[in-house]
Amino acid sequence: MSHSDDATPGHAPTAGAYITGYLLALVLTLIPFGAVYYEAFSSGVMLLVIAVTAILQLCVHLRFFLHLDMSQEQRWNTISVLFSVFTIFVMVGGTLWLFYSLYARHMMVGY
Amino acid sequence: MASSPSHDLNRVRAAARADTEVNFGFWAYLMSDVVLFSMLFLAYVNLSQRYAGGPTPGEIFSLHGVFLETMALLASSLTFGLAMVSLHQGKKNHIIGWLLATFVLGAFFLWHEVSEFVHIIHEGASFDRSGFLSAYFGLVGTHGAHVFFGMIWLLTMVAQVALRGLTPAIGSRLARLSLFWHFLDLVWICVFSTVYLPGLIQGGSA
Repeated sequence: MSHSDDATPGHAPTAGAYITGYLLALVLTLIPFGAVYYEAFSSGVMLLVIAVTAILQLCVHLRFFLHLDMSQEQRWNTISVLFSVFTIFVMVGGTLWLFYSLYARHMMVGY
Repeated sequence: MASSPSHDLNRVRAAARADTEVNFGFWAYLMSDVVLFSMLFLAYVNLSQRYAGGPTPGEIFSLHGVFLETMALLASSLTFGLAMVSLHQGKKNHIIGWLLATFVLGAFFLWHEVSEFVHIIHEGASFDRSGFLSAYFGLVGTHGAHVFFGMIWLLTMVAQVALRGLTPAIGSRLARLSLFWHFLDLVWICVFSTVYLPGLIQGGSA
């Protein structure tokens, strides 16, 4: 009975990594909320800021909280995420394309 | 007489790793949930301007309330992370403390969300008022339901850690709850970036 079991030291989560992730996420939250609160930009720019900070924050969470990377242990988890993103892209992108095209053809107001 | 305490802890650590087969199965469930949420987001985006003469997002959303909810959920991701750090250090009482902190932050989030729902419904803007409100309650309510079940799971794990201590099975369960809880925060980022912030820009009352 050795201690060799599986827990490689490099794998252990550290408080420092979580705090780093938290601070990054905090900044990426404060930027869009601050922009909306102070009405800092025109609404088009604001939507862009919200989208970009959201995507960056999703990456921060995946990296620092869910520990996702391309290492051997995480590869299948990461591949399943990429597959889901592809599935969503097809379904959401395809449906939005279809609906907006439909609205345009019916000349509905507001779209 | 084989198992020394540090050996037991190594077995707990190994069980809490994300690359075990059971945890990959749970991960696959989460990915199916991602697809479910993406369809609710899609419905929201398509219906978000169908007011049917009812209230607009700017009239019923509160930037202040959403900000508090966001801060609570983000902080709860940190406290859960610290619970997992404590798990790897084998500190049972620390785990319970951080899990309870996570529970309190989750409760704060949910309490805020429910009072927001009640407030909106009292203004005569229930889910049957317009397409926008149906999609809004459907999407945000589904996320809130996930948080609710996550909190029940949290209390269950607090009880298990308190009564049975750190076993490999409990380490494994905590690893899955950790994935679930962080996942809820991920979905929430999409919620405030798709629903609340754009709605408050359009409403012009931000």
